[in-house]
Amino acid sequence: MELQERFINGDLEAFEVLFRQFQKEVYSWIVRIVRDPGTAEDLTVETFWRIYRARARFDPGRSFGAWARRIATNVSYDHLKSVRKEVEFSEEWMGETPPDPAVRQDTRKRIRAAFAGLPPKLRLTATLALIEERPYEEIAESLGVPVGTVKSRVFRAVRILRQKLKELGIEQ
Amino acid sequence: MKHLNDEQFGKFIKDAFPPVTGDEPSRDLWPRMLRKLDDSRPRFSWFDWVLVSLMALLCLIAPGAIPGLLYNL
Repeated sequence: MELQERFINGDLEAFEVLFRQFQKEVYSWIVRIVRDPGTAEDLTVETFWRIYRARARFDPGRSFGAWARRIATNVSYDHLKSVRKEVEFSEEWMGETPPDPAVRQDTRKRIRAAFAGLPPKLRLTATLALIEERPYEEIAESLGVPVGTVKSRVFRAVRILRQKLKELGIEQ
Repeated sequence: MKHLNDEQFGKFIKDAFPPVTGDEPSRDLWPRMLRKLDDSRPRFSWFDWVLVSLMALLCLIAPGAIPGLLYNL
């Protein structure tokens, strides 16, 4: 029997094989959205937990990776909804200073705060589109929405961000 | 700061976020996954087993009680 069919039938060994095969991909996708490694690990486990529970609905004719990514996106979205708006992306995990010295530390903090204040749907889409520069088609597939919806969400996110940054005196 | 066009604005936002470093979890997550699967299994306490045993005993001693039990399920 094929691995994915065994997984659908609840075979734990088949699930472990799929878990080990896709955990890196799922984690990598989630950490780009939530931008915190600890949280991303928790959400990776939560994603596979949902995958295991929903195994009967998986169509073996389709890509397991794409299905897992979609569930990972939903899990990340639920997380963004649950955390307080004021919570910024983890400061201690912030990597090296960006190459552009013109953008000062204080300004960057305010931009991140403005970004964190976006509604979760817009924040998730804008993170993938603006910060991670993922193709709109890929974002649309992971969210299960048309490409037009992704474009519209990015447009709305940019409009809100511009407004917030104007209020903060960062942009004219 | 002057008004930025969409492309400049996108870069401006991107520059505020350091790139994500590390594409892999810091440890193997499978043991955690197993714990979560194990925790989610329904558990029966001794009290549940006592109740089930009493029900079975009642059905054996007084089969007439079965419809009443089914009605109250």
